[in-house]
This record gives sequence, C-alpha cells and structure tokens, in this order.
Amino acid sequence: MIRVDQVSHQIGGTPILHDISLEIPKGGITALIGPNGAGKSTLLSLMARLAVLQQGAIHIDEMQIGKVSDRELAKHLAIMAQSTHVSARLRVEELVSFGRYPWHRGRPGPRDNALVEAAIERFGLTPMRHRFLDEISGGQRQRAFVAMAFAQDTDYLLLDEPLNNLDIAGARGLMRLLRQMADEDGKTVVIVLHDINYAARFADRIIALHEGRLAAQGPASEVVTDALLRDVFGTDAEVSLVDGQPVVLV
Amino acid sequence: MHRRLIWLLLALVLACAVYMTYGAKGSWSFLLPFRGQKLAALVLVGASLSVATVLFQTITGNRILTPSIMGFDQLFIMIQTVLIFLMGSAEYVGIPALGLFALNIGLMSVLGLGLFTLLRRGARGEMMRLVLTGIIFGVFLRSATGFVQRLIDPTEFSVVTTVTYARFNTVDGTLLVLTTLVTLPALWAAWRMRARLDVLGLGETTALGLGEPPRRSQSMVLVLICALVASATALVGPMAAFFGLIVSALAHVITATERHAVLLPSAALTGAVVLVGGQTLLERVMGLATPISVVVEAVGGALFLFLLLKRRRA
Repeated sequence: MIRVDQVSHQIGGTPILHDISLEIPKGGITALIGPNGAGKSTLLSLMARLAVLQQGAIHIDEMQIGKVSDRELAKHLAIMAQSTHVSARLRVEELVSFGRYPWHRGRPGPRDNALVEAAIERFGLTPMRHRFLDEISGGQRQRAFVAMAFAQDTDYLLLDEPLNNLDIAGARGLMRLLRQMADEDGKTVVIVLHDINYAARFADRIIALHEGRLAAQGPASEVVTDALLRDVFGTDAEVSLVDGQPVVLV
Repeated sequence: MHRRLIWLLLALVLACAVYMTYGAKGSWSFLLPFRGQKLAALVLVGASLSVATVLFQTITGNRILTPSIMGFDQLFIMIQTVLIFLMGSAEYVGIPALGLFALNIGLMSVLGLGLFTLLRRGARGEMMRLVLTGIIFGVFLRSATGFVQRLIDPTEFSVVTTVTYARFNTVDGTLLVLTTLVTLPALWAAWRMRARLDVLGLGETTALGLGEPPRRSQSMVLVLICALVASATALVGPMAAFFGLIVSALAHVITATERHAVLLPSAALTGAVVLVGGQTLLERVMGLATPISVVVEAVGGALFLFLLLKRRRA
C-alpha cells in the first residue's frame, strides 16, 4: 500500500500540491489523471523520491520515503521515467539486464541472468534483443523499459506518462502488458495518464487531481463523468457508456 | 576478457618497445632511465586524461565533451603567463620544479573544488549548469590570459608559448612519482565504480530508480576527474582538449560497448598508445619540430576519421 499523508509541495514559490492525503491499495492499476499542471506528475515523482518531499509523509508499505535508503527502495519500487532517451548506445538485452542492478550491484549471478532472460522472453523482445535502442520503434523501446522494470522484480511500478508519442497499437500494447503484470504477477502499478479513455479502460482505480487538490477517486465508472470533465478538465465533452464502461466522446 | 583489449595491450607493448629501442645510440645505462621516465609519463598522462574524459562524458551524458571544457587547461596557461609577466622569464625558469608543480596543482584543485561546490549546492539541472559555468569561466580565463600576453615583452612571450604546450622532452623524476601517487589511486577508484558508471549512463531518473542516487556518484566522479586532469596537466602542461575526445571516440569504436568494465581500460590503453606513438613519431621522424598535441591531433584525427568511414561502409 502507498500512503500519502498531508503532502504539500511548492516549486519556486508556486504551490503545486495542497495537503494531499490518499491511499493506493496493493495490487491493480491506479491511474493519476488531471488537466495539465494539476500536479499529477509531481505527486508521482514525490512517491518515486525523484523530487524531495517538502511537507507531509509518503509510505510505501512500511518504508518511509526519505528515510529508507535508495538501494533498499529500489528492490521494492521501480520507476519508468517520462523520457526513455538514453545517451549511451545500448542493446535491448543490455538495458533489460540493468533491472537486476539493485540486487547484484554489478555482479550478476545465475538467478539474475535467468530473470533477465525471462523478462526478455515475456515481453516479446527476443527477436530484437541484440538491436540497439535507437534502432527500434518508440513502442518497442517502451516495452524494453517495462521489461527492465519487470526484471527489477519489485512490488510497485510507477510510470510517468508512458503513452507519450506512442501510436494506438503501441499504447494499447503497453497498457495490456501492465494489465498482465498487475493481474498475473500481483504488481501494484501507478501510472500518470493524459488520456482519460485509456485510464477508464485499463485502470482499476482512478485518482483525479485538480489544481493540486484531490478532485475524485474511485473506479472509472464513478469517476469519469460529465461533471468531472466539466469541473476538473474544463471541457464539455460527453461521457457515454459502452458495455458499462465510461468512454469520453472527444 | 574482451579480445580487443588484448590487442590494445599488445599495441601498447609494441609502441613502448619501439619508443625505448628505436634509434638508440649511446649507453643503455643512460638511455634506459632517460627514455623510461618519459615513457612512464606518456603512459600515465595518456591513461589518466582518457579515463577522465570517459568519466566526464558519462556523468554529463554527452559524448562530445571533455573535462578541459571546465577550464583546467586555460587556468594552467594563465598561471604560467601571469608568473612570467610578474617575475620575468629568467626568474620563472628559476622556480623549483616542485614548487611550480605544487602551485599549479593547488590552483587547479581550487578551481575543481569551486565547480564541485556549485554542483553540490544546486537543485536542478546541475550537470548542464556546471558545464555552462565551466565554458564561461574558460572563456574568461582565456581572455584574461590573452590580455596579459599582450602586455608581455615579445621575448618573454616566446617562453610562455613553450611552457603552455604539453611537453614530454624533460620529465622530472620527483614530479613523476608524485603524479603517479595521485593518478593510480584515482584510476583504481574509477575502476571500482565501473558498474555504477554504467547505471549513471542510463540517465538520472533511471539511475535513481535502480537505487543509485546520481548526485552522490557525480560528485565522486568529479573529484576523480579533477585529480586526474590537474595532476596530468601539472606534470606535462595542457594536452590539447581534442586529445581526450579523439581517444574516447577511438575507444568507443575499437571496443564497441558502453560497459565501463571494458570502456575504461580500453580508453586508458588507447590513450597511452596514441601518446607513446605520437611521441615516437615526434622524436624520431620529425625531430621535435612541433608540440606533441599537433602530432596527436593530426594522426589521431586521421585515424578516427578512417575508422568512422570504414565502419559506415561495413
């Protein structure tokens, strides 16, 4: 469980988050949505200790962010950055093998190698394992990064807008992989999404932020409504139900 | 072990053998220590500048930067220029080698430390800010030096030009030992960090996600870079900025991997081979007609271009 207690945050004097308290239960996919500047990426980077916590506290299970060592946390929580640009010229399999680094610190054992192989196999990267990251498509690169996070073998996975620059096949493919990781491996996935429809379709829970405050949280069918779009996103798009699932008609 | 590393090692042994024996006239009891000392300096400086460049490129995530961008070379030139301007070349030549070495390495450490605190105190985008500050500082030093050089008497100025190019023709034994005492531990420390450097190369967010806080490692690496560059420069003078760039690019081509376990020794060996080869060429073929940086840049640049074009065709 991820517990956020009374977290407030400012960047350069501008308040970004106001006294946010929420709980993300273990298991399943939780999507953070909200208009631009709502503070969802900030909240995620605070959970991922990418930004330093200014006020309040965040716990990942029993570990308090800021108190627990980076090394220890890396065994429980994997992060996928917004930009997957890597300046080093790496092959796909090399990237995936970095997922084991928190466990072996540079001296991989047979178990590490086996887990890397499993991750490559599972995410369908075998045909391109020897190719360089800058030679494959954006969707394939995202998949390689998710495979790396999978090899890291953590309970939690945090992703910041991973669907950026992906076409519909790439985006759906990635979301399906995350769904699989949540359902079959029992991982807890927290993801910042721009597209409400992807959140409604793939996430178990949605947390909506608006101007640094919690606007709504719950299952998609309760959160994604005409009212949310009007009050939080400031647009009059309609929400329609397809097979009991809300779909925003853009 | 990477097979290409063995080839590089063989190349280095060959280059050293040629350097020590080619055109040898006179007694070995003189030649051996005389050439041996120069050879040791060449290998040491070649290895430390190349490793420093690779380290700098890793922490900045940029393949076309070298640590000389932070103004070490410029500072060295400025120190010598100001000393000659104030004391006159006769007095300058009279400064004990050890004292000058200590002064140079001390002032360069101050510069490194200053940049280092800048990195520690900043909050965001530190590496880029560090690089930009370094560039601006280098330009400032260059202009200030240029100004002083204009004030200097022309005959004195010729001394400035001589001492502000890297030279291996006379290497002081004591300084060599001192430099070795700084360089070897620094190289060893860099080697120990090899796995961590690999992770840093993935970018800051990913590194942190893998439990490797980038800020701390960057600071450590920066200290190593300062030690390597400052001691090498204080020993022989400023090697052209292009040297590190050529060597790291060559190392990337020769051993095509980003893993520092291979890249660090590969760069160190390549740097040593290039310098020893360059000095042999300079001493035996060109009769010491130019500074070594000219030879290194001409030959190294040509070699680099050749490898680049060859790879494209393959």
